[in-house]
Amino acid sequence: MATYTLNINGKKQEVDVDPSTPILWVLRDHLSLVGTKYGCGIAQCGACTIHLDGKATRSCILPVSSIGEQKITTIEGLSENGDHPVQKAWLEVDVPQCGYCQAGQIMTASALLESNPNPSDEEIESAMNGNICRCGTYLRIRKAVKTAAKS
Amino acid sequence: MTLVRTKIGRRAFIRNTGLAGGGLVLGFNWLASCKMTPEQVKSLPKEWFELNGFLKVADNGLVTIMSPNPEIGQNVKTAMPMIIAEELDVAWKDVIVEQAPLNTTIFSRQLAGGSQSIRQGWESLRMAGATARHMLKEAAAQAWQVPFSEITTKEGQLMHEASGKSAGFGEMASAATAIEVPEEVELKETNSFSIIGTDTKNVDGQKIVTGKPLFGLDVQREGMLTAMIVHPPAFGMKYKGMNAESVKSMPGIKDVFHFEVYQEDTQKQWSDEGGIPELVAIVGNSTWECMQAKKALEVEWEEGSKLESTAYHEEALSALLAKAPEQPARKDGDVEAAFKKAAKIVESTYSAPYLAHNTMEPMNFFAHVTPEKAELLGPIQTPEFLEQTLVSRLGMPVEKIDVMMTRMGGGFGRRLYGTFAVEAAVISQKMNAPVKLVYTREDDMTQGTYRPAYKVKYKAGLDENGNLIAWHVRGAGTNDDLIFENRFPAGAVDNYLAEKHSLQTNVTTGAWRAPRSNFIAGAEQAFMDEVAEASGKDPIEFRLELFERAINNPVGEPEKNDYNPERYAGVLKLVKEKSNWGTDTGKSRGVSAYYCHNSYVAQVLDLEEGDGMPKVDKVWCAVDCGIVINPLSAKNQVEGGIVDGIGHATYSAMTFKDGKPEQSNFDRYRLIRNMEAPKEIETFFVDNGIDPTGLGEPSLPPIVGALSNALYKATGRRHYSQPFINERPPLVG
Ligand code: FES
Ligand code: FES
Repeated sequence: MATYTLNINGKKQEVDVDPSTPILWVLRDHLSLVGTKYGCGIAQCGACTIHLDGKATRSCILPVSSIGEQKITTIEGLSENGDHPVQKAWLEVDVPQCGYCQAGQIMTASALLESNPNPSDEEIESAMNGNICRCGTYLRIRKAVKTAAKS
Repeated sequence: MTLVRTKIGRRAFIRNTGLAGGGLVLGFNWLASCKMTPEQVKSLPKEWFELNGFLKVADNGLVTIMSPNPEIGQNVKTAMPMIIAEELDVAWKDVIVEQAPLNTTIFSRQLAGGSQSIRQGWESLRMAGATARHMLKEAAAQAWQVPFSEITTKEGQLMHEASGKSAGFGEMASAATAIEVPEEVELKETNSFSIIGTDTKNVDGQKIVTGKPLFGLDVQREGMLTAMIVHPPAFGMKYKGMNAESVKSMPGIKDVFHFEVYQEDTQKQWSDEGGIPELVAIVGNSTWECMQAKKALEVEWEEGSKLESTAYHEEALSALLAKAPEQPARKDGDVEAAFKKAAKIVESTYSAPYLAHNTMEPMNFFAHVTPEKAELLGPIQTPEFLEQTLVSRLGMPVEKIDVMMTRMGGGFGRRLYGTFAVEAAVISQKMNAPVKLVYTREDDMTQGTYRPAYKVKYKAGLDENGNLIAWHVRGAGTNDDLIFENRFPAGAVDNYLAEKHSLQTNVTTGAWRAPRSNFIAGAEQAFMDEVAEASGKDPIEFRLELFERAINNPVGEPEKNDYNPERYAGVLKLVKEKSNWGTDTGKSRGVSAYYCHNSYVAQVLDLEEGDGMPKVDKVWCAVDCGIVINPLSAKNQVEGGIVDGIGHATYSAMTFKDGKPEQSNFDRYRLIRNMEAPKEIETFFVDNGIDPTGLGEPSLPPIVGALSNALYKATGRRHYSQPFINERPPLVG
């Protein structure tokens, strides 16, 4: 066990966990931030995507010991009132089906638009390709990313 | 208005104050979970009045509607309350939706399966709303001393035109609770609906996009432990022993033990099928600590029954197809005689592998079992059956068992089999503590309950004019006999023979989105194209001629045929028109039509040719599922089914070596991804006012046929075995 001070959603949080613990489980089990989802645990599905210093990152294979000062943003901290343009676009397009993968999709999409505010269709598809949606909401995901890009 | 007796589900309309009590874990958390403006705080209701088991009206006019059925992404949590709200005549913006707990006294069929929630709930949901409206009207009539028949309602308002009196539902709610539940109620005419048939957004949308706790895996409780299971590494193996001592002392680990999920005298339900009888449990403080212990733990297994491999399944299914079963499933005319005189004969065999469900949220369940009571909370499609199993397994009366449902991160049939919830309960009972059981992705994918592997052989005979005169289908599946003998083209061919076999295997299988149809539709519709090509006719015309035959002069007793040929032909004609069938789009086109879960779907699919695997450019989809409750989510459902069908037929497979699954996570089990999904899907609904039927499954089965037929156009080769990506030589390039 070791103590870490993490910068999560703009707040300093202290946790006492094993250094190998992936940040996904620190968020979910120790900080009750359960918006970030577990899907595969091996960086294949994107359900656990968070922002690490603004970059979309798989939290399921990221040990807490490797974080240091880097800023973590989770779906809970993407916006204060749930009104980030990507969240708004997701609602407007009514993207979710079961909804389980969508936090990861939204985190990937928002990081994409941060670095590339006007992505082409191909850029959207390839940026979103790492996020599996078992319910098959891919067409609406593309549409929502475009809607958010316009706003 | 139509007058309908309320006898169906009448018990639901008897007020049940118990419902508002402790059972409602998901109760009014919404108030606490979102930030409210001062106006919202001011508008908070002081009191709620329960008019029946489905709904409560607040003094300020807000209405809480309980959604009875499990939500697995099919969006019944929006659609079912819409039906109630319609007949209640309240504005949708004033409705709050909650997931109802399991309550068999109030609700019937709290199950998600077979695309039946809406179809079977239709009448009782309408009555729930209409009954409450009736009682509110009666309360107003008494208060204003005017005849009941002169009271009208609109969007949560009661009005009496002659006297100019009006009141909100909230003002009459208290008085309405004292009104006798009516024997008969009026239902709206379907053409006067104002909520049903309008695009309505997912009621959980805001919570989903902001990452609120909604799913079973998100459940957290004071003092809750995490549990994981270790199951045999191969089908056919069983527990022998382990040395758990060194693992027990690992950080955060509370206990490691072997347990029986079911005991010899446990009365199992069908939902317990496929459960592994003996498992090892690891219980600890956190998920990661349990995962570490799981890695370190060495369990010994021994062979209990045959260790089967995919090669064995293939051979055994082929061997079955080589012989006729003792009895045909259906026989019209004489196929053998017809084949003898046929001008042309077409013969093909199609096959598909096992598939895993792979819901994005792995199996999990929360259980808190004490000697006094058992509380279960989690994602399950069959809560009622779970409760019955628990009565027997925990040795507790049903009143002491509470089963509640969370939103589910996908179902696809997997959560019909609630063995994981039984496991959670047994572990919690042993630990005497609240426990959340969590499957890792690997546990989830290798545990079984798969879509069976299938093989089917077709033979068709055509006369010299290209008319279909004989059809012979013989199918086989693992633990499943595959064939629906009374579905199309039964009834449309004079000489018809359907035969089926099932291969008993110890790799467990279960319902997977559109069971059997998910394979047989694609095979049948691909073969239909082969036959149409041999007849020299256009594939749509060829199918329409067969439907004509089934309409005008059906073969066999017409009521035996399990489809309505007019509605079937209707969707095919609609998709033909919408896709401009027959014009050259420069793309490779395929068509397909299928009927299952009481709904009709026809699709045209365009493939873009390119390097490697051709990409799906566009799908046109015509659907006849009767009245569409929520067109927006209905389209989403249809799109999801199409992507799902294309994905699994093209990319996915579960294979086995000596009983051991060869895929255990998404690195080796391929699911369709964003770039591989169609560029565009356009959906059209037949508007016929018929009572609604299923939509969670019907769009999936036929798309495999449309894809297969388009692939043939694109590559000049038929693709007989799924997943198509494995075809050798490669599909293209
Ligand atoms: S859970 Fe991290 S990528 Fe799947
Ligand atoms: S919405 Fe269900 S997995 Fe994406």
